[in-house]
Amino acid sequence: MAHTINVDIVSAEGQIFSGEAAMVFVPATQGEIGIAPRHAPLLTSLKPGEVRVQLASGEEQLFYVGGGALEIQPNRVVVLADTAARARDLDEAKAAEAKARAEAALSDRSDTIDVAEAQLELARAVAQLRAIERLRKIKS
Amino acid sequence: MAGAKEIRTKIASVKGTQKITKAMEMVAASKMRRAQERMRAARPYAEKMREVIGHLRLANPDYRHPFMIDRAVSSVGFVVFSTDRGLCGGLNINLFKATLAEIRQWQAKGVDVHLCVIGSKALQFFRRLKLNIVASATHLGDKPQSASLIGPVTAMLDLYKEGKIDRLYMVNNHFMNTMSQKPIVSQLVPAEATPSPDLQPLWEYIYEPSAAELLDGFLTRYVESQVYQGAVENVASEMAARMVAMKSATDNAGKLIEELQLIYNKARQAAITKEISEIVGGAAAV
Repeated sequence: MAHTINVDIVSAEGQIFSGEAAMVFVPATQGEIGIAPRHAPLLTSLKPGEVRVQLASGEEQLFYVGGGALEIQPNRVVVLADTAARARDLDEAKAAEAKARAEAALSDRSDTIDVAEAQLELARAVAQLRAIERLRKIKS
Repeated sequence: MAGAKEIRTKIASVKGTQKITKAMEMVAASKMRRAQERMRAARPYAEKMREVIGHLRLANPDYRHPFMIDRAVSSVGFVVFSTDRGLCGGLNINLFKATLAEIRQWQAKGVDVHLCVIGSKALQFFRRLKLNIVASATHLGDKPQSASLIGPVTAMLDLYKEGKIDRLYMVNNHFMNTMSQKPIVSQLVPAEATPSPDLQPLWEYIYEPSAAELLDGFLTRYVESQVYQGAVENVASEMAARMVAMKSATDNAGKLIEELQLIYNKARQAAITKEISEIVGGAAAV
């Protein structure tokens, strides 16, 4: 019990992950944080990126989040993701397309485009691509 | 044969109605499945959000968001969810009764009541009662979107921030299972604290970057998720209630047709018997 921490990853589209983990890494807005069991209570927001969950067996699971919020209590972690997906469900082609679209939107700086939104979209697409790449590395 | 003909027309019309109710039942059943999936998918997020905010109420950040401060109650607000269309049994009326009981309780204490109604049934009902309706939204469809819900709810939250409402409740049907839906009243703001055995006696969050920046985002997300959950749950309840109502209507039509058929057969037989006896009587007279 003392060596694991209860992790819940939920998004508006459903429950993504629930279980015990030895260690969790999340992309907080002020840099990635690693959470070990009995972490101090913490509240923070997340930026687009990947959540890595190390299970007690040593296996590592990868999730993609598009931003969100995080609560830590000594024996549990709750990730409230805006959009979350298991990294292996991600579609590389779609992510690359989204990246291209966001970049095009950014380079075309007319008034009609919300730059902040395009930047967020770009950050999400890049984070998705990175999650896919990492997953591929783990597999090979 | 005049009686028999009338009955035959009646049977045909009941059969027509039965076809319609049967079709509505099947439409509701398939919509219910989708609505239920949406509701199930959204539930974990809304529940976790409620929990986290409940924990937050127990913490003591240096910044107090207005949604986290209990005030003396002199005025309350209700967000009432209802359906846009009828033919769903007692779903709406049960919900309105529960809401009204709650409203009367507050009014008995001399507390003002403000309403935000979602769905045209609630609008019709509460308008007749001459209650103070601040905001309304109708025709949100089977797939309620957060974006279209947030407008009327924001109107209520603004009243709360201005101090015109001291407490905001949400009333919606809770989907228990296909056969039963229960109206529930839950407190939206100020958020309610949820003590949990997991928590240590003395603790405080570390806030990154700062409590003020975080809490605004957290509480906006909290309200959005709760309202959205209420809406999808109400839609799932509506579909389930309609399916059950239409099923019993179809069954009733079936029974009615059976009875009418029996009466028709008797009338037809009586007419034949009468004709025969007339012929026999006529032949005897010759």
